[in-house]
Amino acid sequence: MSYEVVGITVLWTFLYGYLIVASIDFGAGFFSYYSKRTNKNHIIHNIIQRYLSPVWEVTNVFLVFFFIGIVGFFPDTAYYYGTALLIPGSVAIILIAVRGSYYAFATYGAKESRLYSFLYGATGLLIPASLSTVLTISEGGYVSLEDGYVSLLYRELFTSTYSWGVVVLSIVSVLFISASFLTYYASRAKDENALQLLRKYALTWSFPSILAGIIVFFLLRQQNYEHYQNMLDIWWVFGISLASFGVAAYLIWKKRNYGTAFVLVMIQYFSAFFGYGVSHFPYLLYPYLTIYDGFTNESMALALIIAFIAGLFLLIPSLFLLMKLFLFDADYVEGKK
Amino acid sequence: MFEYDPVLYSRLLTTLTLAFHVIFATIGVGIPLMIAIAEWMGIKRNDPHYTLMARRWARGFVVTVAVGVVTGTAIGLQLSLLWPNFMRAAGHTIGLPMFMETFAFFFEAIFLGIYLYTWDRFKSKLKHFLLVIPIVIGATASAFFITTVNSFMNAPQGFTLVDGILTDVSPLAAMFNPATPTKISHVIITCYLTSAFILGAIAAFHILKGNKHVYHKKALHLTMVAAAVFAVGTAVIGDFSGKYLHEHQPEKLAAAEWHFETESEAPLILGGFLTEENEVKYALQIPYALSILAGNSPDTVVIGLNDFPQDELPPLWIHYMFDLMVFIGMYLAAVSAFFIFINWTNKWNAFNRPMLWAVVAGGPLSMLAIEAGWIFAEVGRQPWILNQVMTVAEGATTSPHVDIMLYVFIALYAVLGATCIIVLRRMFQSNPVEHELEKLGISHDTHRKIN
Ligand code: HDD
Ligand code: HEM
Ligand code: HEM
Repeated sequence: MSYEVVGITVLWTFLYGYLIVASIDFGAGFFSYYSKRTNKNHIIHNIIQRYLSPVWEVTNVFLVFFFIGIVGFFPDTAYYYGTALLIPGSVAIILIAVRGSYYAFATYGAKESRLYSFLYGATGLLIPASLSTVLTISEGGYVSLEDGYVSLLYRELFTSTYSWGVVVLSIVSVLFISASFLTYYASRAKDENALQLLRKYALTWSFPSILAGIIVFFLLRQQNYEHYQNMLDIWWVFGISLASFGVAAYLIWKKRNYGTAFVLVMIQYFSAFFGYGVSHFPYLLYPYLTIYDGFTNESMALALIIAFIAGLFLLIPSLFLLMKLFLFDADYVEGKK
Repeated sequence: MFEYDPVLYSRLLTTLTLAFHVIFATIGVGIPLMIAIAEWMGIKRNDPHYTLMARRWARGFVVTVAVGVVTGTAIGLQLSLLWPNFMRAAGHTIGLPMFMETFAFFFEAIFLGIYLYTWDRFKSKLKHFLLVIPIVIGATASAFFITTVNSFMNAPQGFTLVDGILTDVSPLAAMFNPATPTKISHVIITCYLTSAFILGAIAAFHILKGNKHVYHKKALHLTMVAAAVFAVGTAVIGDFSGKYLHEHQPEKLAAAEWHFETESEAPLILGGFLTEENEVKYALQIPYALSILAGNSPDTVVIGLNDFPQDELPPLWIHYMFDLMVFIGMYLAAVSAFFIFINWTNKWNAFNRPMLWAVVAGGPLSMLAIEAGWIFAEVGRQPWILNQVMTVAEGATTSPHVDIMLYVFIALYAVLGATCIIVLRRMFQSNPVEHELEKLGISHDTHRKIN
């Protein structure tokens, strides 16, 4: 494998990691707010708090890792995306800032506040919507390059069905991933009431999520035909995704093997996400920037990869310890510790 | 007011975000160390007061960490959004420490999550103490890595520039440039100093308000001892920083000192005004001191401002920033040393009101010194974003909307800052120490002598 491919694979894997952990977090915020509105908060509040409190900061680092890493491996992305994304990027920063700080304020600040939980719930849906536009833009057609001057075409972006399709897909996916994880977590905590409610949420969002995926797939045909063709070439990857979804939904519906069901949901998104990524290859920004012309120099690439491997030796045991203490420790999950 | 200029607004927005981030970053680097010290004392002396201290500090710390994390995320993204050309060049050379910093964040975030929720989970207290060590390491490592990036901006090396293209890149040489040793050590130790003083100021404030519990006295004593050590370290390393500037960025040193003529036996200028003709008025001059700061002997020749190209000089008002920083540094060292001294002699009451007020003032002052020091260092690099390689204007975005973003972020930080203060106050007022001690069944022993 060339350095370029190693680099983009590392980054894409971490982005996938962010997709999963952030979805759980974002969706939990929304469910928490929604259940408060419908006076069911007492049912799921504990479950959500017990999972989220120790891990929220780790979630954020996945994102930081991605955008710092991409500038390291592909410095030209800073130039293209940095210039084009000033406003959407700043909007995302603000949403993340509001979300992170108000989560801490609400959780550690002792007092319950309607405003905090509203902000926390609303940003949970708005952040995926705003971050997903970056993937939309990468398809091409939304950025113009004239005399070396990069700018974002807002009209095209806001009037495009494809871009709105991606927004919807990202939101329903967040809700589905989150609900299926929390269902599993509730079942481990042996919390029947929470389990029932969360299972209902998971089933509610299951079909919308797959439907939105299929619609976006066909909308892409108009937006970037080449990419669409590439996706058809590896149709089997998306087949795996669909099959995993089917089994996962079936298991949740049948009230069994929630853990396996969540793993299958992860596989569903893993195959779809990597299928999307591989068929997007080699473009970072269609048609201006590929991973080959935006790549850093060799010595930096090597240094980054070595740093990455060394970092993993640190990261994996630590993450394992975190999961062991808060995810796989039955007493903690059940609230006995 | 101004004609729209993306460079100007990018500078303002960067300054705003960094000045806000650095408040929380400084606390984020320093407080874990103080928590570790307190928890260790609690174990070693078997004194539950210290353990509670660590616990309460950690609780407040989470709130500031949250703001540090989100503003850090903001500056991280803004670097690419506002300085796309700079980041394109920097990514090729200095991307490595930035990338490594994210691992430090991971490390810290993971263990912070564990630390906070496992106070009562282990049988052995030592086990819980061990969890704070990765937090201290992670926090200090993140300051280390990001400061190497800033050092690189001041003393770029590790590449060759051919027709505007960076080649022959050596990431390690870029990271360990001449500015790195002094910059890193000064930044890290001032984070420790500031955190110790802020915690000390809180304890002193409680005592001033009539709170007699020995818990606060112990907290004050602990933080002042730590602060005295860090303050001496700060001054020593600050002196080395001056020598670094003398060798590698003489124009910054000359601007900080309003030093126009190249000469030996140069005096250090404190305060004062500059007339239109560049004459220094009403300033306090310490003979030979600048030469000594620059090279350890009065014979050192210090290059003056007149010997640099006039269009490559930084603004001269950074002199006040430098003075402010040094003055506060002296103040902090004096206050903490004096406190320890009178507490040690046993003749006077170290907890008298003027002494306590002096400590309280030290909290905000130390943060002010951090801000002043950074403004001095960053504005002193002007007009360069990469010293002698790329100017600020070349690095900036061309986007037409930076001004709106500036106003939006001012509003955001105002709201975040205000809420943070409100939440912290509520958190500690609704749960005072006495309350918590009682709940834990720890005695109200107010008479024991502390040492
Ligand atoms: C509590 C904060 C604080 C205190 C008391 C001091 N400093 Fe400082 N100083 C900083 C906080 C700081 C800083 C914020 O950390 C800076 C800004 C950029 C940097 O590298 O560190 C800095 C930079 C800085 C520089 C410029 C380095 C550069 O641009 O590369 C010099 C020469 C000094 N300091 C010297 C001193 C001296 C002689 C002090 C005497 C006691 C002193 N500082 C106290
Ligand atoms: C956190 C404490 C810091 C503060 C308070 C601070 C302050 C400032 C200030 C006042 C400026 C504006 C200078 C001017 O335009 O006249 C500036 C610029 C800048 N700083 Fe810093 N700085 C800090 C740390 C850093 C670090 C660690 C980096 C490196 C990654 C950095 C990167 C930049 C960049 C890229 C600019 C814009 C270019 C320029 O104006 O020179 N800063 N900073
Ligand atoms: C331009 C300069 C800077 C950039 C790009 C930057 C970037 C960041 C980012 C992205 C985060 C969030 C990490 C997370 O998600 O957990 C962060 C937090 C932090 N930054 Fe900065 N930072 C800068 C300046 C500084 C400086 C000068 C210091 C130290 C002296 C510093 C120390 C920290 C610390 C300690 C945290 C973590 C807060 C915590 O978890 O305790 N940063 N920074």
